[in-house]
Amino acid sequence: MKGIGIIGYGVYIPRYRIRVDEIARVWGANAESISNSLMVYEKSVPALDEDTATISVECARNAIQHSKINPSDIGAIYVGSESHPYVVKPTSTIVAAAIGATSELTAADYEFACKAGTAAIQTCMGLVALGMIRYGLAIGADTAQGKPGDALEYTASAGGGAYIIGREKLIAEIIDTYSFTTDTPDFWRREGQEFPSHGARFTGQPAYFRHVISAASGIMERNDLKPEDFDYVVFHQPNGKFPLRVARILGFKREQVMKGLVTPYIGNTYSGSTLIGLANILDDAVSGNLILAVSYGSGAGSDAFIIKVKKENERRRNKKTVKKFMEDKEYIDYSVYAKLKGKIKGVKLQK
Amino acid sequence: MPKRVGIIGVGSTKFGELWDYSFRDLITEAGTKAITDAGIDGKDIEALYIGSMSPGLFAEQEHISALVADYAGLSGIPATRVEAACASGGLALREAYIAIKSGLFDIVVAGGVEKMTDVSTESAMINLMGAGDQEWEAFKGVTFPALYALMTRRHMFEYGTTIEQISMVSVKNHHNATLNPNAQFQFEVSIEDVMNSPIVADPLRLLHCSPITDGASAVILASEEKAKKLSDEVVWISASALATDTIALHDRKSLSRINSSVIAARNAYEQAKIKPKDIDFAEVHDCFSIAEIMAIEALGFCEFGNGGKITEDGETALDGSIPINPSGGLKAKGHPVGATGIAQAVEAVLQLTGRAGRRQVDDAEIGLIHNVGGSGATSVVHILER
Repeated sequence: MKGIGIIGYGVYIPRYRIRVDEIARVWGANAESISNSLMVYEKSVPALDEDTATISVECARNAIQHSKINPSDIGAIYVGSESHPYVVKPTSTIVAAAIGATSELTAADYEFACKAGTAAIQTCMGLVALGMIRYGLAIGADTAQGKPGDALEYTASAGGGAYIIGREKLIAEIIDTYSFTTDTPDFWRREGQEFPSHGARFTGQPAYFRHVISAASGIMERNDLKPEDFDYVVFHQPNGKFPLRVARILGFKREQVMKGLVTPYIGNTYSGSTLIGLANILDDAVSGNLILAVSYGSGAGSDAFIIKVKKENERRRNKKTVKKFMEDKEYIDYSVYAKLKGKIKGVKLQK
Repeated sequence: MPKRVGIIGVGSTKFGELWDYSFRDLITEAGTKAITDAGIDGKDIEALYIGSMSPGLFAEQEHISALVADYAGLSGIPATRVEAACASGGLALREAYIAIKSGLFDIVVAGGVEKMTDVSTESAMINLMGAGDQEWEAFKGVTFPALYALMTRRHMFEYGTTIEQISMVSVKNHHNATLNPNAQFQFEVSIEDVMNSPIVADPLRLLHCSPITDGASAVILASEEKAKKLSDEVVWISASALATDTIALHDRKSLSRINSSVIAARNAYEQAKIKPKDIDFAEVHDCFSIAEIMAIEALGFCEFGNGGKITEDGETALDGSIPINPSGGLKAKGHPVGATGIAQAVEAVLQLTGRAGRRQVDDAEIGLIHNVGGSGATSVVHILER
């Protein structure tokens, strides 16, 4: 796998935000206790005309712009999401057409709860390693659903990240990737169901924590690395608390985590979560920085990556930073949120 | 008729959200531990009584009497499931006691089990409401926290019991649970933590309520003759009493006392020929913290209306005059509903045989266990002696 890595990346976060206290107000819940227990203060909300396809296209365009590659050289596009607009019909072909990738490519949609985007990165790495493609485009994007009044509603948000994988002009090399996968039903949505179901506390210890910790420990052990060897670490972040707790258990310091922790301000972007956190780190990372990235997808599995930042990242900074997207925001109240999310009964918002 | 019935072995699983345990794993582990503790062979066991409130709703499994015998390697023996909601365990203990007392058997196992965390909290709440009156309570939207909230309000109104006093029950039981390695919540809570926890059913807050728990417990009972041969640490059951009341709370004469507990306690004291003051400790049914206050009043440890006061005065603490729930109680040890009555017997036996570790009550010779079904429609009281 030597010499394979990230050529460019791009993110997209919708500009609407709703505050956790606004959601709590509607449900008569204690906003302070929710904010504190989740460590989430606000979340992004997609506009009426935004979905996983448009978000994927936006972040793909930003990644192309950053990488300066010719889209027609892309040999594979994989979009990971649990909110693909179509059950049958790929999102990845929409992205391919929108960015001008030629027809000579392979494409598919991935689903593995919140880690389908990192699974897409792994697939692209494999195809590049085999010499089957020159560039691969891996995207993780979601417009996450949460049942009104459910705990998920405070965090389920929208956003995505796109990564161009190849061998040339790398801004960061992916030193190794390692996965830990089991059949663990902590969170699911069946065909035709509007909202996902979850196993409440079962989503914690036996699900998120077990998989993230196993993947992180596995990859560090295999590479003979310790938490203190890394400059940054980014974990899947369903809320602000889980990644901090997992970091503490593994022996990372808070400073190593905070740069990649974006969920408190944009919510849980599901498939975009780890990828946007990683992008926030890359936006400022300097040559030689070592990053550990660990995603988590319910069902369940974790993909871990050891990433070494190269000089090229400093020479070719991504101008569309995560910070810009986080700062470009407009607050909405619950009534507008209900309209945008199609939660007003009797109003048909989608064809 | 055998003179006395004794307990010669006990076993419990850990209590908690046990994701890796199925219904049958739980009871098999508890049963195996009890058999090992008694130092007998499975083939010595002549009959089995198992208490479980709702395996059909919680685990989609009925016919658990044969299932439990099967997985315990006891197929062939008579096995009976009994049910009285949260008092199912206490009922199983009593049926096993009666079976030996009748002279029919010499060695009997009594178990209790509930696997509650395979369903959502909403489903668990609905399943538990089966312990109340479906037509006159559940259909009207009443839940168990709501029923106990009504009792709390009435107790406060009649006796001036304060929510702080009720909260002290939770604080004490959480403390005791820190000394119990099998307890679900082995951490302290402060009175402020309790008073600031989310409202469940006003005035009851989250930390006034027992949790949803997986767990199982088992005890081996033997006739006096057999018990003396098999063990030199027998705990004798000197009383077994069961009483009932109306299924619905609103049909009761009083909302502030559990009358079935009053009757069962009176009968138990008569059988054992002792008075409440002779009891060294008690495991009582604190499904909600107010329930412990009503329990200690019904059991005669204080006057009616004085339960909050003696709790506040520390009389019910481990080093108080009448330690209540040294195990941590339902509140902090956990409440796998069908297992609770047997778990209380396990704790009493550990206390009476000096095996309760850091939560050992000094000089414990007589213990009382008190198990309630629903909002008080069933009460089971046993007195155990060294």
